[in-house]
Amino acid sequence: MAKVTIDGHMIEVPDGTTILQAARMLVDKNPEVDAKVAPPTMCYYSKLKTSGGYCRTCVVKVTKGSEKDPRPMPKPVASCRTNVMDGMEVVNITSPEVLEARKGVVEFLLINHPLDCPICDQAGECHLQDLGYEHGLAKTRYDFSRRTFNLIDIGPYIKLHMTRCIMCFRCIKVADQITNNRFQGMLFRGDASEISTYIEKAIDNDFSGNVIDVCPVGALTDRTFRFKSRVWFTKPMDAHRNCTKCSGKVAIWMKGNEVLRVTARKDQWGEAIDWICNDCRFEKKDAKDWVIEKPSHISRHSVISQNHYENLAQLKLDIGKQQKQIAAKK
Amino acid sequence: MGKKLLIHNDKVPGIATLDVYRQHGGYASVEKALKTMTPNDVLEEVKKSGLRGRGGAGFPTGMKWSFLARPEGVERYLVCNADESEPGTFKDRYLMEVIPHALIEGMITSSYALGAKTSYIYIRGEYFYVARIVEKAIDEAYAAGLLGKNILGTDFSHDCYVQVGGGAYICGEETALLESLEGKRGNPRIKPPFPAVAGVWGCPTVVNNVETIAAVCPIINMGGDEYAKIGIGRSTGTKLISASGHINKPGVYEIELGLPVEEFIYSEEYCGGIINGRKLKAVVAGGSSVPILPAELILKNDKGEPRLMSYESLSEGGFATGTMLGSGGFIVYDETTSIVKNLYTFARFYHHESCGQCSPCREGTGWMEKILHRIVEGHGKPSDIDLLWDIQRKIEGNTICPLGDAAAWPVASAIRHFRAEFEEYINHPERIKDVKHYYSVHQLAGA
Repeated sequence: MAKVTIDGHMIEVPDGTTILQAARMLVDKNPEVDAKVAPPTMCYYSKLKTSGGYCRTCVVKVTKGSEKDPRPMPKPVASCRTNVMDGMEVVNITSPEVLEARKGVVEFLLINHPLDCPICDQAGECHLQDLGYEHGLAKTRYDFSRRTFNLIDIGPYIKLHMTRCIMCFRCIKVADQITNNRFQGMLFRGDASEISTYIEKAIDNDFSGNVIDVCPVGALTDRTFRFKSRVWFTKPMDAHRNCTKCSGKVAIWMKGNEVLRVTARKDQWGEAIDWICNDCRFEKKDAKDWVIEKPSHISRHSVISQNHYENLAQLKLDIGKQQKQIAAKK
Repeated sequence: MGKKLLIHNDKVPGIATLDVYRQHGGYASVEKALKTMTPNDVLEEVKKSGLRGRGGAGFPTGMKWSFLARPEGVERYLVCNADESEPGTFKDRYLMEVIPHALIEGMITSSYALGAKTSYIYIRGEYFYVARIVEKAIDEAYAAGLLGKNILGTDFSHDCYVQVGGGAYICGEETALLESLEGKRGNPRIKPPFPAVAGVWGCPTVVNNVETIAAVCPIINMGGDEYAKIGIGRSTGTKLISASGHINKPGVYEIELGLPVEEFIYSEEYCGGIINGRKLKAVVAGGSSVPILPAELILKNDKGEPRLMSYESLSEGGFATGTMLGSGGFIVYDETTSIVKNLYTFARFYHHESCGQCSPCREGTGWMEKILHRIVEGHGKPSDIDLLWDIQRKIEGNTICPLGDAAAWPVASAIRHFRAEFEEYINHPERIKDVKHYYSVHQLAGA
């Protein structure tokens, strides 16, 4: 076990835990700790091996290496790929330096992003939107033309928009680890690099649809849901069915009695809880196919939570608390 | 006349062949190490010599070797990094082209010390003809029983292979090199684990520069203590310097570390002074990625002491007034050089060579290049200098591998020391309108 202090909060975690996992455990176990203590991630995905380390949004500063070697680490480190040591001290949101570095990363991620949120199906549940809102500048300093790519058709179910891609490598890891055949990879290098696939072998694997769920931006979207509705006009419901290929536990996104879209259920950190198969995702678009359990949990900070009441009593309590806080501040 | 240990025989005709090389004392270190020393003795000699990595970072080689994990039953590998792609550096090419056996001799001796049965020489794609020379030398060594089973009748067996890369700068980074060697895309790995624990094929691996490995031969021949006497302070031994730019005698020179920079530039033995008797403007002392220094700071440090060609002296004053020895790519600029245009060339290079894994380097290098292009073309904005400064600051230290730093440092140092020149470009675009590549704005302005 290792004791690690993150932004002044101490937690004991098993050896081999990364700083990021430790921060998430900290937030999970202590409701009073600000959820922002857990660094944001764009490329790390706890369910995909070897993911993380690329986007650099999760950088933190290690002010004390360990009990044995208290020297601070000279550079900011990617918390998703750095293991904790006993006695380590980490600063995240309490360090202006870290916030500055993160601001830089967000700016870099956005300079070549098309910012076509008004026509992007991911808008409303896009991690880059959240990140930009939290850490981005109000106005871009980049006044050159943004990079574009030739469109690649990757089959009837999934739409690839390379211009929106931020090179998180998550879809490559899914193709590598979840589906049996790897049809995805990276072409070219530097800012011309792109995710691509062998076109003639368009993704026809049963679990290929999961690349949509792991994509933090709108680079990979569901073609069966394309331009049907903004996500915040749909109601996410936890539902299940008997599926021979996967667990069948999904979230269905409904408008009235229509099922517009099926996705995996997401946890607090925006990660899929269970991988789902393409049958459940693309073919079962009838409410009769599903046993609906309850409204899915949506963070109150998300735009999707508007008019989405999971627990009215709790909501009233929360609002009451917030109003008290505001009054106290005044 | 400084001491020469690596390229003292470079003018001997036929030195590339095994027979001539052996006539001039070649493979003595292999005989000495394999027949009279244990692997640990060799390692101790290298430690005593104080040899530091010649690829750029200057990490003590003996220490790197002693970090190598030695689990039972697991193969260990030695990989020679001959992917010399740093602009301004061409010493390894010279060494391999002229005396290929020096490298192979070093590979055998070093592998003996590390207990590596197999070693690889990873040569950059553009050096395909060098690869042929090295391969021919390896064939000769096999035929003479210097490679293969039971070398020189001892128990030690060793195989050495040449692998030609695809020609990417990033593959000079040791983990990217290992990926490329394994046949994958040359993307740097995230450390830890370090190659000393899990390198090529997941086995413990030591990656060393060509010159470092070649320097092991004189160390074994003369003894580590004797080698440590050469040089100055913690910068021991000799170093190959690739001198280029506006000098009378560009080329590869072997110097004793501790030689004054002024002597290196102006003495007839080395660079022979600035071309056409012009004045020195700036020097990039260790390959394009180290900070550029103006004449007054490269000849003397900020305390007024003369600067020496050594790891410590060149980096004195930190990045504010110092630079690094790096890989020894010594580029000299005379007073007619435009630092801004030179920087644009560097920025274009790093943009082209960024692998695209981590966002700051992937996006930032391209952005810096575009801004510099605009400035060079005479469309720069007054805010561009601060913007460049801000971008480089956000790339530096925030990437997986050192390419981000390598792209940021030249920009930072050029702005730090030559800000006036950037302002000139931006405020008076009319003066640079028909400027030839190598003329600076200052000269046209009569400044």
